[in-house]
Amino acid sequence: MTAIHLGMPAFPAFPAFPAFPAAAGKAVADPVLRANLRRATHTIRDKRARAVAELADWAELRAAGKAVKDHTLRHLDRYLLELEASVTAAGGTVHWAADAEEANRIVTELVLATGEREVVKVKSMATQEIGLNEALEAAGIAAYETDLAELIVQLGHDRPSHILVPAIHLGRAEIREVFAEEMGGWGRPAPEGLGDDPRELAEAARLHLREKFLRAKVAVSGANFMVAETGTMVVFESEGNGRMCLTLPETLISVVGIEKVIPTFRDLEIFLQTLPRSSTAERMNPYTTMWTGLGPSKGAEGDGPTAFHLVLLDNGRTDTLADEVGRQALRCIRCSACLNVCPVYERAGGHAYGSVYPGPIGAILSPQLRGTGSEIDASLPYASTLCGACYEVCPVAIDIPEVLVHLRERVAQGGPVTREGIRVRIRPAHGHAAERAAMRAARLLLNHDDWPVALRAGERLLARARRLRPRRLPGPGRAWTDSRELPELPAQPFRDWWAARDREGRA
Amino acid sequence: MSSRDRILGRIRRATADGRPGPGLEPVAPGLDAGPGLGFDSGFDSGFDPGVPRDYLRVHAERTPAETADLLAANLAEYRAKVHRVVGEDGLAALLGRLLAARGARSVLVPAGLPAHWLSAAAPVRVPDRAASTPCELDAVDSVVTGCALAIAETGTIVLDGGPGQGRRRITLLPDHHICVVRVPGQVVDSVPQAMPLLDPVRPLTWISGPSATSDIELDRVEGVHGPRTLEVVLLGAQ
Ligand code: SF4
Repeated sequence: MTAIHLGMPAFPAFPAFPAFPAAAGKAVADPVLRANLRRATHTIRDKRARAVAELADWAELRAAGKAVKDHTLRHLDRYLLELEASVTAAGGTVHWAADAEEANRIVTELVLATGEREVVKVKSMATQEIGLNEALEAAGIAAYETDLAELIVQLGHDRPSHILVPAIHLGRAEIREVFAEEMGGWGRPAPEGLGDDPRELAEAARLHLREKFLRAKVAVSGANFMVAETGTMVVFESEGNGRMCLTLPETLISVVGIEKVIPTFRDLEIFLQTLPRSSTAERMNPYTTMWTGLGPSKGAEGDGPTAFHLVLLDNGRTDTLADEVGRQALRCIRCSACLNVCPVYERAGGHAYGSVYPGPIGAILSPQLRGTGSEIDASLPYASTLCGACYEVCPVAIDIPEVLVHLRERVAQGGPVTREGIRVRIRPAHGHAAERAAMRAARLLLNHDDWPVALRAGERLLARARRLRPRRLPGPGRAWTDSRELPELPAQPFRDWWAARDREGRA
Repeated sequence: MSSRDRILGRIRRATADGRPGPGLEPVAPGLDAGPGLGFDSGFDSGFDPGVPRDYLRVHAERTPAETADLLAANLAEYRAKVHRVVGEDGLAALLGRLLAARGARSVLVPAGLPAHWLSAAAPVRVPDRAASTPCELDAVDSVVTGCALAIAETGTIVLDGGPGQGRRRITLLPDHHICVVRVPGQVVDSVPQAMPLLDPVRPLTWISGPSATSDIELDRVEGVHGPRTLEVVLLGAQ
């Protein structure tokens, strides 16, 4: 194993983005943003709890979802090959992209080959992760986001701040302004005298986008699930923009992370029950589209695209898979429930995480996909109080606190990681720079009067419970862990730990 | 090396720690296992992924009438308009009234829709054709379809492009969709009951209420892009 310092992120952080503490500090100081966030997260979280309570077998569904994902990840090679065979048999074409650059190149070439210069897009985290819109723009191709919130963010030259509701940080007045000022530059302008009633705003978006849907020849999407057995792709949505993109254009290109595959069509019955309830707190989202290659008629009967391309994206996922503690992050089905219960997210907002994946899942996913070489990625594992609420709500039972602690340890102490398929050992962060940054974040985030007392208590309990659990890295990591005590969690809660450190520092 | 080989190789190294995965023992050599693989995932028919499936097949015992009521209630909660009608004659009259009340001048008719369903409907019939352009379909006021099945517990109708349902786009572009569900024949209680009845090769559209968005201050607004009005007719319900 070579000791090298890995500085280059596999996908870009938001341009010129400050590390978590600085960004969080700005958000915390913005009372309007904090009030918006608080109201939004509490609304969704309360609704979600009711939707989940309706199912007596939630615990079993959660365990089944976890098991399906864990099993698939263990045998990912096999299921990807099965998927490739079934998609191909159904008339689709499968491409493999090792990183963002390759995925962008493949999509750009596919679009250019159609002779088109614009594409309509279904909301997709994967294409945001790889910066596809920017890559297409550089090739002279306009990519139109068609999800309402993504449209707002795109028109406003803004960044998404939530997985499910990317424009959660904006109020109706700001949205009205964005529409009135920017729509005309992209197509049909907003109606004269547009008001800020959500109905009016949605209508403006409908008119603006409909002309794009009707003329679109190429669409780009992601997928929530891919079924290995049948080659079926699945997209969950609410607005119908997804159906428009998946149905009307002649060419459909789906860019999907390799972790989205599941073995069988039947497995969907689990996630069709857990994803909507965890995500939008509905029994079922308004629209789900499933398609298998070009369908039984192979596209010959005018029902859907006549060309389908699937781009399977690695971009750090196999490196994440190589980490036996961290790989559980790949179970994530992007429901966003963990964001809405996270006290840190509620205060800091989504932009503070410097990645398309905000909140607790972002704090464990981004540093794994990109490595912990940059300041923002090194600080993300500290963007948490380890209260455990994210684990409680996660429909696939990802132990986010466990991964956070694991990553803190990696940042603080260095250790073996896999980058681009190669095992290396990273050095500890210099002088625990990230830890110091975390202290500043903690001061900003935790010293507020309204900090719930219950949360502090819960945090202490959790810290105690966790200390009882001996943990060693199995497999290749074992030699490393054998020779040392694992400082998995501070003995005292993070808040007390910080307070003590702060006192020491000043003494 | 191709990216395909590179990615597969990385996966095999990442998972080749010699321990079986959750609920799974290593089994016989499998599909394209590749050289130098320390762990063989296997791919035979006796393969058991060991997923615990002790979740419920259905969340309550219901009579067919109770199931239909639940479907109606859940659809209505998601702001679909629900109508009930006993026989085929009543259906034709109801569809005629619903289209008239909407002021529809044209209605899309998928192949295989029973002809008498629209026998009392005034609007111009527009057949579902492969040659129609999206712009032409966009100009049509309403669409009437059947469905593959409906799921009571979630308030969902599923269309699979079968007879009486047409291509996906005809239930997408018009602003008004009327869907007829045969009760109790086409209604199941739960998602797990629905899955074995669906053919994954067909394009499947699951619809739970009309198009909706909550993107602006979490206010739910019906209809951004799909039909803003969804009317579901339960045919045969009491
Ligand atoms: S980590 Fe769990 S709770 Fe968070 S978005 Fe992913 S699946 Fe949802």
